[in-house]
Amino acid sequence: MPGPPVTTAPGVKVRVVTLKINEHDIGARETDSILDVAQANHIRIPSLCFLEGLSTWGACRLCVVEIEGYPRPVSACSTTVSEGMVITTHSDRLKRYRRTILELLFAERNHVCSVCVSNGHCELQDLAAECGMDHVRVPYRNQPYAIDSTHEMYRVDHNRCVLCTRCVRVCDEIEGAHTWDVKGRGIECQVITDLNQPWGDSSSCTSCGKCVQVCPTGALVKKGTAAGEMEKHDEFLPYLAQMRGNQ
Amino acid sequence: MSESAKITMATAWLDGCSGCHMSFLDLDQRLIELAEKVDIVYSPIVDTKELPGDVDVGILEGAVSTEENLQVAKMFRERCKYLISLGDCAVSGNVPSMRNTFDLDEVFDRAFVETVQAQPGRPTESLPTLLRTVVPIHHVVNVDLFVQGCPPSADTIWYVLTELIAGRTPDPTQITRFGA
Repeated sequence: MPGPPVTTAPGVKVRVVTLKINEHDIGARETDSILDVAQANHIRIPSLCFLEGLSTWGACRLCVVEIEGYPRPVSACSTTVSEGMVITTHSDRLKRYRRTILELLFAERNHVCSVCVSNGHCELQDLAAECGMDHVRVPYRNQPYAIDSTHEMYRVDHNRCVLCTRCVRVCDEIEGAHTWDVKGRGIECQVITDLNQPWGDSSSCTSCGKCVQVCPTGALVKKGTAAGEMEKHDEFLPYLAQMRGNQ
Repeated sequence: MSESAKITMATAWLDGCSGCHMSFLDLDQRLIELAEKVDIVYSPIVDTKELPGDVDVGILEGAVSTEENLQVAKMFRERCKYLISLGDCAVSGNVPSMRNTFDLDEVFDRAFVETVQAQPGRPTESLPTLLRTVVPIHHVVNVDLFVQGCPPSADTIWYVLTELIAGRTPDPTQITRFGA
């Protein structure tokens, strides 16, 4: 499904700026993020928490890029372009940072790909392959996390959650239910339903399944799926976001 | 290639399902071609009892889960010039490491008491001592090459071995991944 046209509120003037990404001259609207511009120009920047159609969160930092004159890398999803920017998306340093981020994600919770229902259809798994993460150098934490199977159709396995908050954002911004939220800080952080009640007891969940479809890993899945069977489809999101935005 | 030019290879099966060795055997007729270039000097699929002191390529399947696994991993590192971590159990801990989130007493009771009908009870002899935590091989010894997959396909193993024989350093990430 093609994405919706980008619109701007009537009467608001948006300037066009020129910049360089990986030594290519590019023109862009000053309101666009670096990630928007890169994607529009077919320049691949790895990302995980970003999803077109949802608000920008900037949590995973996989989309870090270098900007000439900036002291440290910035996230491409949450940084807007400006006139004369010179951006590098794949330096050795950035590749090293991305791989380290992925290793930390794999070490933090219990991701065992071979027995995951999302094996072969997982964005985290794909990113590990794309970024050349062939092993994890840091110690695994081996902390047990709960699995909530109380919902009649869906399941949440916190062992496989990467805290991208796509579920929280889609439930709030697109479905309007705000069943999902986040509790805790740091390694105690966890997505929750309602006021940290079992998902099956939620009075606000509409069982629409949008959260399941936008989840990049096997954390949110349909019940009854075996290893490798859980395919996600989030193509609906940009169109739906556009239509809701027009209301 | 003359007999003396053959490289020596050793393999061992630590805590895993042996699927990586099954995948190795899935090389089928390519095993004959491999045998012209490689001598397997120690492996579950040959009858040698002792790992020789100087081996060109060592391949370890499975995670490090017991004291015995730990000893074998260290012995392979000492005696093999080039050490390969083969398969997800060896590279990441994979399924064997799923016991890490449980207390070891619970694991023993589950395996030897709760799920056993005839003579339930913990064995007191003839079993290697379990380590508290299952770890990948590279967390206990240095590893030269990581080959992901559960198990890695025969084609992946063939690619890795033929590249090594040709004197090149293979990059398995181009053809395999975790869970493959």
